[in-house]
Amino acid sequence: MAETTLTLNGQTVAFQPGQTILEVARGAGVEIPTLCWMKDTLPTGSCRVCVVEVEGARTLLPACATQAAANQVIMTESPRVAAARRMVLELALASGNHNCLICEANGECELQALAYRYQVPFPAFATPPDQPYYFEDNNSMIVRDFSKCIMCGRCVRGCCERQVNDAIAIGYRGSHNKIVAKADKTYIESDCVFCGECVQSCPVGALLDKNALGRGRAWERTPVRTTCPYCGVGCQLEVQVKDDRIVKISGADLEPNHGRLCVKGRFGWHYVHHPERLTTPLLRKNGELTPVSWEEALDFVAGRLKDLKEKYGPEQIGGWCSARITNEENYLMQKFMRAVIGTNHVDHCARL
Amino acid sequence: MTNSIGELEDAECILVIGSNTNENHPVVAARIKRAVRFRGANLIVADPRRQDLVKFAKLYLRQYPGTDIALINGMMHVIIRDNLYDAAYVAERTENFEALKQTVAAYTPERASQISGVPAADIEAAARLYAQARVASIVYCMGITQHTVGTDNVKTLANLAMLCGNVGVWGGGVNPLRGQNNVQGACDMGGLPNVFSGYQPVTDEAARKKMEAAWGVSSLPAWVGKTMTDMVPAIGAGEMKALYIIGENPALSDPDADHAIKAMQKLELLVVQDIFLTETGKLAHVVLPAATSYEKDGTFTNTERRVARVRRCVPPLPGCKPDWQIISELSTRMGYPMTYASPEEIFEEIRKVTPSYAGITYQRLEAGGIQWPCPTEEHPGTVFLHKDRFARGLGMFFPVEHKDPAEMPDADYPLYLTTGRLLYQYHTGTMSRRAPGLVEKAPECRVEMAAADAQRLGIADGDRVRVRSRRGEIIARAQISPKAVAGTVFIPFHFAEAAANKLTNAALDPVCRIPEYKVCAVQVQKA
Repeated sequence: MAETTLTLNGQTVAFQPGQTILEVARGAGVEIPTLCWMKDTLPTGSCRVCVVEVEGARTLLPACATQAAANQVIMTESPRVAAARRMVLELALASGNHNCLICEANGECELQALAYRYQVPFPAFATPPDQPYYFEDNNSMIVRDFSKCIMCGRCVRGCCERQVNDAIAIGYRGSHNKIVAKADKTYIESDCVFCGECVQSCPVGALLDKNALGRGRAWERTPVRTTCPYCGVGCQLEVQVKDDRIVKISGADLEPNHGRLCVKGRFGWHYVHHPERLTTPLLRKNGELTPVSWEEALDFVAGRLKDLKEKYGPEQIGGWCSARITNEENYLMQKFMRAVIGTNHVDHCARL
Repeated sequence: MTNSIGELEDAECILVIGSNTNENHPVVAARIKRAVRFRGANLIVADPRRQDLVKFAKLYLRQYPGTDIALINGMMHVIIRDNLYDAAYVAERTENFEALKQTVAAYTPERASQISGVPAADIEAAARLYAQARVASIVYCMGITQHTVGTDNVKTLANLAMLCGNVGVWGGGVNPLRGQNNVQGACDMGGLPNVFSGYQPVTDEAARKKMEAAWGVSSLPAWVGKTMTDMVPAIGAGEMKALYIIGENPALSDPDADHAIKAMQKLELLVVQDIFLTETGKLAHVVLPAATSYEKDGTFTNTERRVARVRRCVPPLPGCKPDWQIISELSTRMGYPMTYASPEEIFEEIRKVTPSYAGITYQRLEAGGIQWPCPTEEHPGTVFLHKDRFARGLGMFFPVEHKDPAEMPDADYPLYLTTGRLLYQYHTGTMSRRAPGLVEKAPECRVEMAAADAQRLGIADGDRVRVRSRRGEIIARAQISPKAVAGTVFIPFHFAEAAANKLTNAALDPVCRIPEYKVCAVQVQKA
């Protein structure tokens, strides 16, 4: 494809026709802030945080929604740009109750980070709303707190474009704009399938993973990358851990899921810390399964396997690997059955 | 999968058959729906249930349960009759085309329609949509395999894909969606009765010699072992005395589950290693508490052959051990010491004896998963299989004929039963039924039925109904659903208190020994 150039903050930068100014800038290592922009969705240019100054243009232009053109001269942090961003951020702050003190998003909120970056003062004359902000807490997975919503629309695009679940939309008109599920129902009453893409898309604290409420700030948690234990898609997870407990799970931006998860991967991890987990070996004594030490249990199994192998031969012993355990463990199990027991009666639940 | 999940967005036509993708593989469904919405792909959904993905389909084919071969053969009949197949591909890359042509000649759209219940015009339309796409993908799941003709079903899909030149190309392929996190890996690692890791046959002397040398043992067994579905009857018949089960719950997941439980009770030693005391664990002589995947290191291999890291996020619950440690300690006690310091050390051994994994290292996996085959550390991994040539050289057409399911509805048991999963639950519910959100959305077993059937039987939505087959009966509440088509009921198998597998038929596919979970005959009445 033909390559051509433009000038970005005084530097000559090459680009491919069709790229947006935002893409060209990011490719060149120039960071332009965004709020409503989201990967794998169509840009809407609605938040105006990414505006840049293009020589000859009548107004500032949204970098996410403007195609780069040959010989453009672009300034990404000019005084005019910074003033415009400050105004946009101040309006966003004035549009809700953005009190960071007890907000769950504190420390990972994109609005907070930008307000800090552009030193936006807290609006002195925020208009109180005509009615209380919408708040929804009637399911076990997602809390919706619209006092924090800045109407960036990322949740809607996450739902309709990244997951294509079409459960939410922007409803009503003008200043009554609101994110609605079905005919403005709660999530649990709507067609929402609780994939949680909206929660992961939200740049502020308007959509929250209920499991994580009050369970620690972003900077107190350790993220660990791992693979989902449910279906065979193998989604890559980012597990947030604090004090040796899972706090919440998000999708990692890698193949095959690129951030997407389903309801089980995101909200189905409670079994890990469940009080019914087995924590001691059990041995049947007088007909009852009785707690015993690892020593006793393993000695018993080893002894019985030896005896039965001697008595009946290895072809009367079977071992089932598992689609739930790791490759390393499956490999060891078949090695154990074949090399130690001497049987090929090895299988797992691939057929079920 | 021959191809990768990400490629689905580049397919011009996607045929989803026997897969309730939106509920069972939602993240794959997202890619399919994106292909339809943003790339204009034509989606064909063939399924006995009017599942959610149908909303995105250009064409919905509702076949009777167990009639996939007739449907696909009918499509191939049209494709060959109208010369829509990829003649150059068939000539250069395949063999046995004439036999296929002969077999499908008998499957006129009218005859295929008679067997499958799909209107002949829709079979014609589906054939054209699939064949005329520049590249088309086939996505299938257990709705294809869990039949007494499961192997033949897969062959017929492979025939269709090869006929139109869709194997070995980006965006195409024959793509089974694997249902469990590491079912692919368990197969790759030799968790099967006939092969070592990397599908090296136990009957091959060279493979045995290689493993004997690597493992420092002599005379590894050369005979092919039994599958799970054959072990259970063998146990029932007293031909097997000991069973060591890791992370499986056959008391709930096996077909004709009551029969399976009776068999397990005959064992002289049943060892169950799991994270909870499952229905199967309650039958055991010894139960060993294992760690979950969030509590240990390792790797899983996904449905597109991608090997990815599993990392310890939290320490094992006190008292539990990772499965690799339990196996090692047991082995050591039996006189064969296993002294691995870490899963990575085990992985290094796997690489040495498994050519398709040879190039994968933990260090390389830091950057993301790698798809096998990956023979060397310089190899990038394989995104799609069979490029330029098939594993066996030429792609072989295996023509197959329709056969009825082992059990068909009759006067006594007039309805088809098909089983499967719900979006909000997973397998026997050991994990998913302990998450409050998932339980809130799917708290109990519901028998999904069509309004017409319910009305005829005097059943209202939410009524308790008794479902009976020749093998057992369960009671659960009815759910009248637009997904159900008259004549067929659907029951999820997650719920122990209304276990669908008390009803299912243990009839097996003769080759791969998979049970016919997707079709049996039942009667339903108000309880």
